[in-house]
Amino acid sequence: MTEIVARFLIGGIVVSCFALLGEIFRPKSFAGLFGAAPSIALATFGLTIVKHGHPYAAIEARSMVFGAIAFFVYACASSFILMRYKPSALATTTALMPVWFGVSFGLLYLIP
Amino acid sequence: MVSAQLSSLKDIRLREYCVRFLFGGLCTVAAGLIAERFGPAVGGLFLAFPAIFPAGASLLETHEKRKMAKAGLDGTNQGRAAASVDSAGASIGCIGLVEFAVILWRTLPGHNAPIVIALATAAWLILSVVVWYTRKSRWFRWRKTAE
Repeated sequence: MTEIVARFLIGGIVVSCFALLGEIFRPKSFAGLFGAAPSIALATFGLTIVKHGHPYAAIEARSMVFGAIAFFVYACASSFILMRYKPSALATTTALMPVWFGVSFGLLYLIP
Repeated sequence: MVSAQLSSLKDIRLREYCVRFLFGGLCTVAAGLIAERFGPAVGGLFLAFPAIFPAGASLLETHEKRKMAKAGLDGTNQGRAAASVDSAGASIGCIGLVEFAVILWRTLPGHNAPIVIALATAAWLILSVVVWYTRKSRWFRWRKTAE
């Protein structure tokens, strides 16, 4: 339970800090870089290494490569659809979540 | 030109700070629990989950709408275009994120973890910024040629 609370607090703080950086910088395309900051990874890796060790964290990092590629595809799709068709940002980014799941799990399945 | 505007923090409401904190915390907890339940291979995917992306895009759209509304204009399209530009920036950040993960994957075993994590984070930032500037300069060159 203590670990879950620690993860929640650390994750919340790290993610909020990167979100604030995204608010501060202009132009918006530059600020967008912080939307893909390794916030969850930074909040998690320290605890993971302490609990499970380096090899376990390295396996997670390898899978994270697939997750990041999936994030790239997801962000490109979001950008294109928002600019081309101008639907609601929340609806678009939520509706495109299956793209992230499909690409990330697809890559993990193809390159186990 | 890149600039930092601390005054823009005043436009953010307390509820918006809370939403980001909550989403960030919940996604971090979920990533840990998924790794415990399904193993590090599946859990690792969620370290690059677009956790606060929908919330961030939605808040950005709302901010732009609010700004335009103050001027008596409908900022719906403006807000959605801003969210699109923000997403394009995030896609560049993802290139740095891949590099971050590769550095951790290849160098974490047998090396000092805090140093490796710090170097990977610096590499993420540097690569993202370099790609962003490169893309910008090419874009301007293309526009000049087109004109």
